[in-house]
Amino acid sequence: MQRYSALSLLRHSLSHHKGWQPAWRKAEPRDAYDAVIIGGGGHGLATAYYLAKHHKMRRVAVLERSWIGGGNTGRNTTVVRSNYFYPESVALYDLSLRLYEGLSRELNYNIMLSQRGMLIAAHTPMQMEICARIANAMQLNDVDGELMTAEAAERQVPLVNTGPSARYKCMGGIWQPRAGVARHDAVAWGYARAANALGVDIIENCEVQEIHTEGSAIAGVETSRGRIRTDRLGIAAAGATPSLVQQVGVSLPIHDYALQAFVSEPVKPCLDTVLLYLGTGAYLSQSDKGELVIGGGLDRVPTHSQRGNLPVQETVLSGLLEMFPAFAQLKLLRQWAGVVDVVPDSSPIIGPVGPEGLHINCGWGTGGFKAIPAGGYLLAHLLATGKHHEISRSFDLSRFAHGRLIDEAAGSGIAH
Amino acid sequence: MSGWRHDALGSEIDRSQSLSFTFDGRKVAGFQGDTLASALLASEHRILGRSFKYHRPRGLWGFGAEEPNAIFDVQLNGVTHPNQRATTTHLVDGMAARSVNAAPDAARDRFALLDRLHRFLPAGFYYKTFMALGWKLYEPMIRRMAGLGQVDAAFEPPADTPQINATCDLLVIGSGPAGLAAARAAAQVGRAVWLIEDAARLGGSLRWRGGQIGGASWADFATETQADVEANGGRLMTDATIWGAFDHGLFAAWQRCVGAPDRHWRIRPRQVILAAGSIERPLWFANNDLPGVMSAEAAMFFLACHGSLPGRRLLVTTASDRTYAIARAFADAGAHVTVADQRAEAPEIDDIRQIRGANLTEAKGRTGVEGAMVGGIKVPCDTILCAGGVTPTVHLWCQAGGKLDWDPDRDMLVPRPGTAPLTVVGAANGTLDLAAALAEGHAAGGGTGPAPEAETQTTQASAPVRPDPSLPGRQWVDLQNDVTLKDVGLAGREGFTSVEHLKRYTTLGMATDQGRTSNFGGLAAMAAQTGRTIPETGTTTYRPPFQPVPFGVIAGPRRGDLFNPLRRLTLEEAHRDVGARFREYGGWLRPSVYGVGDEVTLAQDEARTARATVGIFDGSPLGKLEVIGPKAAELLDFTGYMRMSTLKPGRARYGFMLSETGVVYDDGVVLRLDETRFIVSASSSHVDGVRFRLEDARQDRIGRDQVFIHDVTAGYVTLTVTGPKARALIADAGIGLPDLPHMGVVEISVGDMPLRVARISFTGDTSFELTVPARHARALRDRLDGALAAQSGRWIGLEAVMILRAEKGFILVGKDTDGLTMPHDLGWGGPRQKRQDEYLGKRALFTPEAKSNMRRQLIGLTVPDGARPIVTGSHLIPRDGTRRSLGFVTSSYHSPTLGHPIALALLEDGRAQMGREIYCFNDGDVRAAQVGPICAVDPAGDRLHG
Amino acid sequence: MQLFSCPFCGPRDETEFHFVVEAGKSRPEPADRVTDAEWAAYLHTCKAPKGAAREVWLHLTCGEYFMMTRDTVTRDVTGSEPLRGTET
Repeated sequence: MQRYSALSLLRHSLSHHKGWQPAWRKAEPRDAYDAVIIGGGGHGLATAYYLAKHHKMRRVAVLERSWIGGGNTGRNTTVVRSNYFYPESVALYDLSLRLYEGLSRELNYNIMLSQRGMLIAAHTPMQMEICARIANAMQLNDVDGELMTAEAAERQVPLVNTGPSARYKCMGGIWQPRAGVARHDAVAWGYARAANALGVDIIENCEVQEIHTEGSAIAGVETSRGRIRTDRLGIAAAGATPSLVQQVGVSLPIHDYALQAFVSEPVKPCLDTVLLYLGTGAYLSQSDKGELVIGGGLDRVPTHSQRGNLPVQETVLSGLLEMFPAFAQLKLLRQWAGVVDVVPDSSPIIGPVGPEGLHINCGWGTGGFKAIPAGGYLLAHLLATGKHHEISRSFDLSRFAHGRLIDEAAGSGIAH
Repeated sequence: MSGWRHDALGSEIDRSQSLSFTFDGRKVAGFQGDTLASALLASEHRILGRSFKYHRPRGLWGFGAEEPNAIFDVQLNGVTHPNQRATTTHLVDGMAARSVNAAPDAARDRFALLDRLHRFLPAGFYYKTFMALGWKLYEPMIRRMAGLGQVDAAFEPPADTPQINATCDLLVIGSGPAGLAAARAAAQVGRAVWLIEDAARLGGSLRWRGGQIGGASWADFATETQADVEANGGRLMTDATIWGAFDHGLFAAWQRCVGAPDRHWRIRPRQVILAAGSIERPLWFANNDLPGVMSAEAAMFFLACHGSLPGRRLLVTTASDRTYAIARAFADAGAHVTVADQRAEAPEIDDIRQIRGANLTEAKGRTGVEGAMVGGIKVPCDTILCAGGVTPTVHLWCQAGGKLDWDPDRDMLVPRPGTAPLTVVGAANGTLDLAAALAEGHAAGGGTGPAPEAETQTTQASAPVRPDPSLPGRQWVDLQNDVTLKDVGLAGREGFTSVEHLKRYTTLGMATDQGRTSNFGGLAAMAAQTGRTIPETGTTTYRPPFQPVPFGVIAGPRRGDLFNPLRRLTLEEAHRDVGARFREYGGWLRPSVYGVGDEVTLAQDEARTARATVGIFDGSPLGKLEVIGPKAAELLDFTGYMRMSTLKPGRARYGFMLSETGVVYDDGVVLRLDETRFIVSASSSHVDGVRFRLEDARQDRIGRDQVFIHDVTAGYVTLTVTGPKARALIADAGIGLPDLPHMGVVEISVGDMPLRVARISFTGDTSFELTVPARHARALRDRLDGALAAQSGRWIGLEAVMILRAEKGFILVGKDTDGLTMPHDLGWGGPRQKRQDEYLGKRALFTPEAKSNMRRQLIGLTVPDGARPIVTGSHLIPRDGTRRSLGFVTSSYHSPTLGHPIALALLEDGRAQMGREIYCFNDGDVRAAQVGPICAVDPAGDRLHG
Repeated sequence: MQLFSCPFCGPRDETEFHFVVEAGKSRPEPADRVTDAEWAAYLHTCKAPKGAAREVWLHLTCGEYFMMTRDTVTRDVTGSEPLRGTET
């Protein structure tokens, strides 16, 4: 792998940057692999990387039906955080955040992790009580969470509406200093490059059509580029996961919805934190380029198409302006939607399903980006050892029959 | 070199009205009818901005939404609007425009030095560096450098941005020749046509290309069309952008208004004709970003409409016959014109200097064009007009689901007919010839008879133009985001070859011009580099918005009071009259306390009074659902956790409604008025949810003809009288109460006022809920209010009610329960143990998790006298100090009745911990508390039955 | 903005509707003869079909549940009918 650094940039600039190698090799599928991962998004690529890195498996392939990082990895609002309520969630998301914290150096790829802090803003005394409940839960779980006062919140987010016209005045909220944003594409590319350097084949434009089994075990996959044999199959394909595992008789509790994101024209720095407003449901941050990156609720019509609808655009943007009236003069530059795989308790499903050798990592719903390192780490552990990691055990599919849901919205009153 | 204004040309300016504005602090003159761009083009100002990354000087390129460079913060009437495109900003006297990405101004930008470092800053350089010392160190500096304009923090959006729903028979998008012909044809057969034009005037390309239609000037044709449209019930809108095509045939339009807030239209047409025209592609040569390099169509537009010329010595570069009309127009206007035609076989002309078969390879100059290298020869010029070919404007076609086909003859992507429910005509369909565009529009509009005539251009041959990355020097593909062909080449070498990867890696096409001028060049360069065709390489997805649209327009008037409007009490004014202070509770604006002073003290006083004598509170938001019919009891047995069929008429019973997951969804009292008539009460924020669960059971299980469900919440007002003197007060108020046992309910009347009295308590004291139709609210209130003083009672707010119910251990679903709490966690295990019949959520009460003995159960907490209340939201941890959460405090108050703090909490295996000490953790502090019963006041219930 | 058709009220904006459940599930009863897995399957699993879908929807403004047939990719709506015939 070519090393990236200021020095290498300098050196390559002397040769007009003609000497840079492909970030990852465009691999042709081989006949057989020790492990195959369906889905070339962040989770799939991270899985391949950790398989190669920690479990020394080198005959690994990632199959991507289109271009890598093109699903929800490249369609989210790039927030990373671990401000969760349940110990199970905290363990999962804080593992992820800790891995993110060292990722640029580990991958030798600047993922631009910017830990500018995140405020979940409350508007009623009852919401503040719930914020206290979460902040205390975070502290007990050794995560940096604190209750922030209204005055401190106003200092942190100076443009927020505190005028007499405000429908939802900020009373304060939960502050997590380590939360922030990262560059989403770079996460996918960085993992792809590092995995590839360890020998992983990244195969784009390769759609899986069928899963083969022999007896009660995985035997391989049929793809648009031929048949591939393997006895270990990982699926990290978000909304495409249910239809893949239905082939082997597994039904999942997953509905698919469109989640929209919005980007404004760039402006000079005016918001230095990530903000989620409980009253309006809108959340936003400002990118390094100066664009405001905004999200809100789901389009509540189940769909598999990546198209946003107008009513939600109106709802989210009116929520934004309720928080920041001055932003009414900014213009919507881009808008897009991702199809998110939503589970009843809004927690992911990680673990073995169906035939022996098949493991899935899906159901991240609206929050998969922040979990990429952990999702990959845990799925790699499952594929390599056949067993749950301590952290992923609670997220097994069996929790639904046991009734042991990990429902953050139910526990904390705050939907994640 | 500078631009200038022609004496005579300029069909759209009014020279009798001079306007004055400033650019970067310097005064500039213009005319009524100018845009900022047309006025600046005619001025001495050439450098209108700086590029984002290298801070290169930039001038005007285009004339519409495609403009990548001339972006200003525009101040007018004390308000600054960031990121205004000069080309789409109508000039107003007194405007102040300031360039972006420049300090102190565009002409003297102190960051211009950055351009010297360009070699170290190739596409995506930031992915390769800034890692060693951490991104945190570099990011603030990069953030300060980035961004275009500045938000005006004081900006207040207009309160009444209209949002209008509309339908129309035929929507014609674009009023160029094809759109006009379509609108006219449809209007003439009697259809109501909406003709929407993005620009300030009708005509599209006719405005600068001109032309005769039907033997008269095009302007006459446009005027006639307008008259035809209006006469047939249609509508014309200029300065209005269709910015999105959405599901099921919805089109969103942003209409810009002068002197009024902009409007947002949601239009559902029965038929749509798209005549959005086309856009000119740029050309690629070294330093093609210098001020003075301009789109030929744009230059023609400014010449024809505003008489503005960018320079005196013009080099027109093209490979198309269509550009010669432009060259000739500039020559006629008095400019010195040279045409450089890439085609060796270009038609020979004799009236203009022409260089054939030679490529323009480089623009010369430092801060503006001073010459050009054409076929190795230096051509002196101060302006280079580029005509790189035509791209149809197909955004809305693609947004509506339409597909594109590559047409190699015309060298463009054109709509594939039948793939979207729109008809595309004219240049948007790749039809550039005027007569042919008119014919297409006419046919699409259902025109009868011959199409309007126009002279067919005899020749419009053109050759495809492609970027040549092998030329020395830097050739820009994306002007605003500073992406060059070298960057595309680097992306290709590094494997970012799919269009989306190219876009994301280089930021190509991601600027505020939305890739209008850059996408084709990037695509063509990547196609060539990877040995693919353009259609093989693919295009990025077209999504709304077609043009950047202000957030305020999309959001509309929903702000402040109109954002999730609060529900108000019928008696709000009456409460205010006696000093009520209001706060939102679950979407309702309700009295929190009455009187002046510290809220906590007032609430304590109110609660104390209610325990000592009597208090009245307004309980109207409590949901009231009438459930009526022969199977009403059967339905409620199914939807409720507690059975209601065993309830006797005239009695009330407390119960839960569960979700099918077994979790307590709501609680409330059910009143049985007679055999077939119940009233189900629901928490104020759960009324709809409860109603839909009841409806579900009615429609899907019990039978819709057996039960009727009616939400009457809004029709009634409930005042609750509570306390030892409650009965006395009601008697003083002239209301004769029959002897009513606890949980008894009766319907009586007082004069003409029908009154339902339910002896139900949420406070632990004798309480009567008095419910009347809303029209009698004031009468009831005045009777009760008049009797208050004699009993030494007072109005009490919700804060006092919260204290009273917490003392008694009465829960608030959603506060004292969470989304996992089951009825047996609250001490209501009876029905779970005993009920044999089916009810909502039953099965889920028997999963392994539901049967676990480690569930969090509701308990009470006490702290020693004199201690302060435990903070709500504190977590309970083991006494050995292990930092493991066993649960949390859900409600906590100082009890005025007991004189010490009380609290409710959910605690793991809580009922087994009675009497034990436990620790409460809050923000690092740990304190002890004792686990006790839920009910802290009057556990025997003497006050209730007294 | 999608248009859905309530069988009782006619076409209305999508914002007036609430998705309830995929069609074809019946509540397993009685509770004491239903396994944990069967109950979890009833509560949670779904087909989330890519393409043709038949679903139960609620028209929030009139309170009626009804059956809708639509395509989850193209978003074409091909039919809507009352939950169980039109018997009254």
